[in-house]
Amino acid sequence: ADIISTVEFNYTGDLLATGDKGGRVVIFQREQETKSRPLSRGEYNVYSTFQSHEPEFDYLKSLEIEEKINKIRWLPQQNAAHFLLSTNDKTIKLWKISERDKRAEGYNLKDEDGRLREPFRVTELRVPTLKPMDLMVEASPRRTFANAHTYHINSISVNSDYATYLSADDLRINLWHLEVTNRSFNIVDIKPANMEELTEVITAAEFHPHHCNTFVYSSSKGTIRLCDMRSSALCDQHSKFFEEPEDPSSRSFFSEIISSISDVKFSHSGRYMMTRDYLSVKVWDLNMENRPVETYQVHEYLRGKLCSLYENDCIFDKFECCWNGSDSTIMTGSYNNFFRTFERDPRRDTTLEASRESSKPRAILKPRKVCTTGKRKKDEITVDSLDFNKKILHTAWHPMENIIAVAATNNLYLFQEKVN
Amino acid sequence: LLCVSPTVSLTVFQEMEDKVISPEKAEEAKLKARYPHLGQKPGGSDFLRKRLQKGQKYFDSGDYNMAKAKMKNKQLPTAAPDKTEVTGDHIPTPQDLPQRKPSLVASKLAG
Repeated sequence: ADIISTVEFNYTGDLLATGDKGGRVVIFQREQETKSRPLSRGEYNVYSTFQSHEPEFDYLKSLEIEEKINKIRWLPQQNAAHFLLSTNDKTIKLWKISERDKRAEGYNLKDEDGRLREPFRVTELRVPTLKPMDLMVEASPRRTFANAHTYHINSISVNSDYATYLSADDLRINLWHLEVTNRSFNIVDIKPANMEELTEVITAAEFHPHHCNTFVYSSSKGTIRLCDMRSSALCDQHSKFFEEPEDPSSRSFFSEIISSISDVKFSHSGRYMMTRDYLSVKVWDLNMENRPVETYQVHEYLRGKLCSLYENDCIFDKFECCWNGSDSTIMTGSYNNFFRTFERDPRRDTTLEASRESSKPRAILKPRKVCTTGKRKKDEITVDSLDFNKKILHTAWHPMENIIAVAATNNLYLFQEKVN
Repeated sequence: LLCVSPTVSLTVFQEMEDKVISPEKAEEAKLKARYPHLGQKPGGSDFLRKRLQKGQKYFDSGDYNMAKAKMKNKQLPTAAPDKTEVTGDHIPTPQDLPQRKPSLVASKLAG
């Protein structure tokens, strides 16, 4: 199994898609509760697997294009088939996943095994009938949106109009129509005329969940810009600018690096947005630009380890974050296969671990604790014994229920709230 | 009586305070001690340029094609070539190039 690079529930939560470093997409489907297997409710089983992207080499630019799936975003379901967008660094693809559970039998011109029948043997006309067959799930690429990004795509986001979507790379954001592959509109361009003057890049972008004219994008400098597409065709001028003031005396070499936002997500309500930087998660009220309304420390004890985290490149790890369905709780990953949940009101945080040893099926997860003082209690883990190779970058929360998907390198864990 | 100048003792106290208050600054000092020539501007353009250049591989199509032609005449070894080592006259193909992230930290040999 390959390293999982993205995890996403669909709008109903019945399907869960994962993308990996090898360009593959695996879709899991939730089992329906049945009388014969009451305990299987909530279990997700493999529904479909397909190769979405292949590695490419751009000979003209001497660029290796990884097949790694950076993001998957589902489209809302409009008919029996399911659609999703998956993207690597350069190309976005629209995939259709459909079920086939019937087969036509009784053709006139060919046998059941497909061989053509001799015409003189056809003595009577019959109407083919549909017979049930074993369920077959087919994935087929319906659109390929290519050649619109010079830099590496970090985000895709489907608009609430269900007709357009945006794709963002380090310096530009493009707007697409789902039906049109040969044209894309550039809506944000922060590339400076002289690349020597480059000071920040786009790190994530997302459309507002209800206002189809509004989107946000975050930067490597820890700022978020909200743009309104009604104001102009090119949204280089933001409508709102979110930045927390920094204490200049606390500035260090690491300040900008750790302030870089790795993920931005609107709340389901559309009133708030959440940003993830290296050490914290911040909740912003869209009506207040000068500071976040809530800040949660994910692993503050790493502040005293920044030198070695810089040397082993971990300081550049891009953690994602997510809201639960009611926006009451947020979740994000950390190291040592730990992930954290923060209940917002009243405030309560929990650290859990996604590993084989601590995740026996149906066992309750035990909260974990990192020891930050000298005295280590039993079951606590010291900062020095944390495994920085075991990082949880991707997590997802079911849109309505308390079921979470946690990707730990090449393993996917699904946890659900204990129902008595 | 020897009076310790108040300003001297205040400065000493403040240095100690900085170390106690800011683990981040202590880490920065550690880093600067190890790599004195590390980028003048903190966390700026170097990182961004490295990020934008991700995926850059140096490939010479002439060498590649000549090596392919040479291989056709030679007996191919039965054992699979060691994929982690690219040495001698083996011309790397895009698939063979090891996934090595270029380090931003300059070698101590470099000026």
